[in-house]
Amino acid sequence: MSDEQNSVKESSSRDIPIDVSRWGFPGSMNVSFKDDKDDLFDDSKVIINIGPTHPAMHGAFRCMAKLNGEVIESSYSEFGYTHRAKEKLGENRTYHQFIVYTDRLNYCSALINNVAYALSVERLMGIEVPTRATWIRMMAAEIARVTDHLICVGINAVDLGAFSFFLYGYQQRERAYTLIEKLCGARLTTSYTRIGGLMYDAPEGWEQEVKTWALKTREVIDEMDSLLTNNRIWHKRTKEVAIFNKEQCMKYSFTGPNARAAGIDLDLRRDQPVLFYDRVDFDVPTAQIGDVFDRYAVRIEEMRQSLSILIQCAEKIKKGPIWADDKRTRIPDKEVVHNTMEGMIHHFKFFMTGFDVPEGEAYTPFEAANGELGFYIVSRGGPKAHRMRIRGPSFWHYQGLDPMIKGAYVGDLVGALGSINVIAGELDR
Amino acid sequence: MDFPILWMKIAVVLVGLLATVPIMLFVERRGSALMQDRLGPNRIGPFGLLQAALDVVKFLFKEDRALRHTNQAYFTLAPWIAVVPAFMTFAVIPFASSMDWDGRHVSFQIANLDVGILYCFAIASLGVYGIIIAGWASNNKYSLMGSLRSSAQMISYELSMGLSVIGIILSFSSLKLGDIALGQGQAFFTVFGHTIPKWGVLIQPLGFILFLISVFAETNRLPFDLPEGESELVAGYHLEYGSMKFALFFMAEYINMAVASALVTTLFFGGWQMLPGFPYLHHVLFGSAEFQTQEIARVGFEALSFLSKIAFFMWLFVWVRWTIPRFRFDQLMHFGWKVMFPLSLLNVVLTAYLVMKGVL
Repeated sequence: MSDEQNSVKESSSRDIPIDVSRWGFPGSMNVSFKDDKDDLFDDSKVIINIGPTHPAMHGAFRCMAKLNGEVIESSYSEFGYTHRAKEKLGENRTYHQFIVYTDRLNYCSALINNVAYALSVERLMGIEVPTRATWIRMMAAEIARVTDHLICVGINAVDLGAFSFFLYGYQQRERAYTLIEKLCGARLTTSYTRIGGLMYDAPEGWEQEVKTWALKTREVIDEMDSLLTNNRIWHKRTKEVAIFNKEQCMKYSFTGPNARAAGIDLDLRRDQPVLFYDRVDFDVPTAQIGDVFDRYAVRIEEMRQSLSILIQCAEKIKKGPIWADDKRTRIPDKEVVHNTMEGMIHHFKFFMTGFDVPEGEAYTPFEAANGELGFYIVSRGGPKAHRMRIRGPSFWHYQGLDPMIKGAYVGDLVGALGSINVIAGELDR
Repeated sequence: MDFPILWMKIAVVLVGLLATVPIMLFVERRGSALMQDRLGPNRIGPFGLLQAALDVVKFLFKEDRALRHTNQAYFTLAPWIAVVPAFMTFAVIPFASSMDWDGRHVSFQIANLDVGILYCFAIASLGVYGIIIAGWASNNKYSLMGSLRSSAQMISYELSMGLSVIGIILSFSSLKLGDIALGQGQAFFTVFGHTIPKWGVLIQPLGFILFLISVFAETNRLPFDLPEGESELVAGYHLEYGSMKFALFFMAEYINMAVASALVTTLFFGGWQMLPGFPYLHHVLFGSAEFQTQEIARVGFEALSFLSKIAFFMWLFVWVRWTIPRFRFDQLMHFGWKVMFPLSLLNVVLTAYLVMKGVL
């Protein structure tokens, strides 16, 4: 019996013809890719697979690189490992329910996503939020921008070997998260904004705490600046490395600090102001070359500008209501919900079926930490969006990685990827 | 040959070097924490002193996986090839001067070889074989790249390292490290009644800087840690290693650091020559004691001076690691061949000229 089985096994294993061509090895393919310039397997160069679990890849990306010694001859970048169908979810959740999903886009600056989403829905519904809510939203967005940039320049430095620099900034980032925690109780996934208002009002004295934090952070950023910016090795690693010039940036639709590093003077906070960005003074730093160093330097300067905006906001903010006077979107107070029948029904209707949004479409571009973040919403009436499209800057920036690292060294790949600050959550959505 | 004393010396050196590893683990962790405004591991034992001991236990109990895709024989051999030369180098380094004990002449150096410093370089460069074999036997592209980087780096920087020491050899007319350490006790010049000893760093400042940089490259520490290059090559040559095999590589790195610090000390900072203030302290404390006690105390002070100097350089290694970024590979080679190499040649020519003129 057992012999029989064995013989069956053996014969079956022997009978399966090994078809090498299916494995995709060079030389044994039926189809020739000889004319394809982008084919990685066209000769015997070493191909390494960087990612999706490689420590240099922040998040799950994959970059297949063909190496000639240490030089990357060509590469092919892949994404989609963190795809969670955010846009489809936007069409299956009510407008209120979708707020939590926006946190998970760019998780380094979740507040900016919340704000951008709320702005878009409010534009669709024609809601105007009160002054205080707008100021708080603006402050929240700027705090998030600083934390995002701190992470970006910090991680970029870690990749290039300067670990202490990262932890200098990390302290302030933690303190910023404590400020955010005081706003909404969460540190990372904030879900702070509501359509037509905010989750909670900022606690007593919060503005002053933000101001103190901003002043302290400014010192820390100066310290970080003096530690790294004039370091010779840092210059060697970043200057003239992974250049993405103005034309390329235009072609690849770069926005935000990455575009400004290449000399595109574009900042939506100044050019198409939403919130109260037209009521505060700030500069838009730009650089010329568009290499890793320029992206780093632009971000460092932008943090200083954001801190200055925060200080101005803290001085201008006044007490007042945080909810727009609109019955459709106003979440009923708990007092009313627990004590009155109408309140209870309102509460249930709000959370179970959501509020109706008039027909139409809206897109609000918002200057997120990495570039233009926009929610394009098409409504055909009803509580759910007909189409929810998210324009995340990382998606466009990641497309630029391959041309950016062509001809660069393996060590530059990590520097380049860190400098454009691609966030997996926002890229894959 | 006095074997009992020789064995004792070997035991002292071995134990001392082995003890360096946990101490440096502690210093590196808490030191980096100090620099980075955080606490570091502080839960195990007083000030987290026992953390290193627990790490050793962890390494011992980890499963030593036999990876199918590796070349087992070389894979097992490689860590040993890395760690053994690291220990061997210390054999020629004097850690105190000599003394007479019980009618016998005792020198505090395992072997005062005639080739001295050449032996150091010869053995130290064997360590790279461990790394290359590890990279090759791992059968992993990242490991292989790490080991290739390592071999190129070691060869390039060994050149400038060797050349930067020639100045010292010329100045003291000896290859023996014992003689070099002894020679640095001579008076160099006098300032305001203080005699400045003829330490290597004073007569060979350029040589010292070149040697120090080369030593950083040889020990694979930041800014030259490209063979590991954690962000690019994941962990480089020891990517596939785990448990005690990895621990051996880890040990080799720290012992190499200790040996490198000892070499810098011996060649450029007077070796066991006492630190300023120590002769006075010795005179005050033991001036009236018996001759034998005085001698023992002197050797003690000398060993202490040597250890403090080593400790400073070990700290320097940690300090630099947590301060500056890493080079890129082409920049490293560029720096080694186009900056370090010509400068060390210049140093040799300059020193030879000065020695010929009788200045040094």
